Amino acid sequence: MTRNEETGAEETRISDSEELKTSFEEALEKTEDGKYILHLYVAGMGPKSVQAIENIKRICEEYLPGRYELEVIDIYQYPILAKDGQIVAAPTLIKELPPPLKKLIGSMADTERVLVGMDLKFKNDKE
Amino acid sequence: MVEERNKTLEEKILKKTPTGIKGLDDITYGGLPKGRPTLIAGSAGSGKTLISMEFLVKGAREYGEPGVFMAFEETEEELVKNFASLGFDLDSLEAENKLAVDYVHIDKSEYEETGDYDLEGLFIRLGLAIDSIGAKRVALDTLEVLFSGFKSEAILRSELRRLFRWLKDKGVTAIVTGERGEASLTRYGLEEYVADCVILLDNRMEEQIATRRLRIIKYRGSRHGTNEYPFLIEEDGISVLPITSLGLEHDVSSERVSTGIERLDTMLGGRGYYRGSSILISGTAGTGKTSFAAQFVKAACERGERCLYFAFEESPDQIIRNMRSIGIDLQPYIDAGLMQINATRPMAYGLEMHLIGMRRLIDRFEPEIVILDPISNLTNVGTQIDVRATLTKLIDYLKSNTITAVCTSLVEEESIEGIGANAQGVSSIIDTWINLRFFEHNGERNRGISVIKSRGMGHSNQIREYLLTDHGIEIQDVYLGPSGNLLMGSARAAQEEKEMAEAIAESQRVERKKRELETRLRALDAQIAALNSEFETQKEELDLLITEDEFKAGALEKSKNRMALMRKADEPE
Repeated sequence: MTRNEETGAEETRISDSEELKTSFEEALEKTEDGKYILHLYVAGMGPKSVQAIENIKRICEEYLPGRYELEVIDIYQYPILAKDGQIVAAPTLIKELPPPLKKLIGSMADTERVLVGMDLKFKNDKE
Repeated sequence: MVEERNKTLEEKILKKTPTGIKGLDDITYGGLPKGRPTLIAGSAGSGKTLISMEFLVKGAREYGEPGVFMAFEETEEELVKNFASLGFDLDSLEAENKLAVDYVHIDKSEYEETGDYDLEGLFIRLGLAIDSIGAKRVALDTLEVLFSGFKSEAILRSELRRLFRWLKDKGVTAIVTGERGEASLTRYGLEEYVADCVILLDNRMEEQIATRRLRIIKYRGSRHGTNEYPFLIEEDGISVLPITSLGLEHDVSSERVSTGIERLDTMLGGRGYYRGSSILISGTAGTGKTSFAAQFVKAACERGERCLYFAFEESPDQIIRNMRSIGIDLQPYIDAGLMQINATRPMAYGLEMHLIGMRRLIDRFEPEIVILDPISNLTNVGTQIDVRATLTKLIDYLKSNTITAVCTSLVEEESIEGIGANAQGVSSIIDTWINLRFFEHNGERNRGISVIKSRGMGHSNQIREYLLTDHGIEIQDVYLGPSGNLLMGSARAAQEEKEMAEAIAESQRVERKKRELETRLRALDAQIAALNSEFETQKEELDLLITEDEFKAGALEKSKNRMALMRKADEPE
């Protein structure tokens, strides 16, 4: 399933309704406008943090090659950034750009959900 | 050995952190468990946020303990604005590093959960806030919002358990608030993590009136008040009303103030009420409760004292007009600024608001005397227990300011039991209790006054009749009937006349007797005079006899001597 995403929506989504298709195209266009600015807040370098960093890097390389900037922030070292960024859970990935702002939490192990969270894929697509 | 054991025992005794909230420290015997979390559960609008914020503000202001407020529901700006009305200047407390507020924004729709996570962000922010000002107190309001933001309950529950442990390790005294649940104490069962102290707030509608209550559900290792305590949100914060612990520390005055009715003063040990005491005038409709109050006001204003009159039943104009009919003109005192009538119907506000408004007026007007006419009307807006609590609080406040309070109370039934039941249950906080009632006899209704109690003075125990005349209240002389019962109205008048007639008859009788005696005296006098003259005659006769006898004796001697001389007898030896 996820493999097909890479090659292009038009080919793989034929079975879907027209409506879905157009909205997906719109989203795709939007992402092509600019770069993805991503901030990953982690609490220290525990297993969850390491996993999250590895996962998000892999997903970005796969789906947004050359179109993303990922900054990893350790809130142990910069606790004030946790306050400023309204961080509660760790790890938290914030998609600052393109809008809308999105927050993803967890170790980024569920690629499907990461893609949905980053507007690279819609919730309906999974079903 | 023994000493050592004692020491450890002392160390083990639970230390407490005073909340500084009026009344709460009394019912918890010193405050919340120090260094431990306390759960405050309550439904929306029950005052959870207020109680937690006041805990921090009082801590910062009065106990030198900085505090962290972690808000999950309101933003910092909203909090600052909301608490400004209570006189809590959060901004300046923050500027002084006595308070740190962190608003934690959680919105369910924003999060996409992509795997394992924890709430380390929350811990770090809390830790940062605590360390930045050296906080000793923490409030988390309302932690349950987390449950709406995060889907994985398993993670949340283990993180909450960790949070409470972490708070204990930090040594901060924490308040955690939770939304009241249907089946359990809090909607998400927060109580299972907080073992030390749980307080329940309740905002209940009773007879369409909202009343706030507070109850300590548990307090491990400490005794605590177990009742439901009503609490008020006043202009300077929360105030819990543990009735038993209130108001026994004020100084009492031994100065006496006249009731404005001379003979009532006499009934009260000769000198009237004590200054700063609380007086209850109870009575059935039409007995003249307001008149008694007005008479007192008049006397006070004549002395130059200030009176604040709270009227719950009549408008100021109505009171002035009615009092004129018994010869009391209050208008001059109002014009002179000595008196102020404040008329409100209690149903217009809740009790709380009423109390706040009254306190504010009292503070502004600074009266020596306060009239509450009638307190029985307050029951319209609250249940008996709330009215009692409110009045206790108010009277306590008045006492601590040495303000004499006269409360009137409408009694429904003219029986002694009725008096007790209808006095709004405030008799225990009242110092002098005067009861007015009608006595029906011989087809008449007459008014009678009696002093039920009056603390600290010898008072009359007799029921007296009084009249509402065009020159004020007059307490009448006591007339007792043949069987010893009090005579009132026409019966009294008849008795009065009868006694008058008797008195006249008596005086006539005495006059007659006097004259009779006088005559007898005069007769005796005459007798004495007659006897005297007889005595004189007799005496004269006696004297004459004696003289004659002496003369005779002398003549005999002379002739004897002459005979001797003639017989040339010897000279006798």
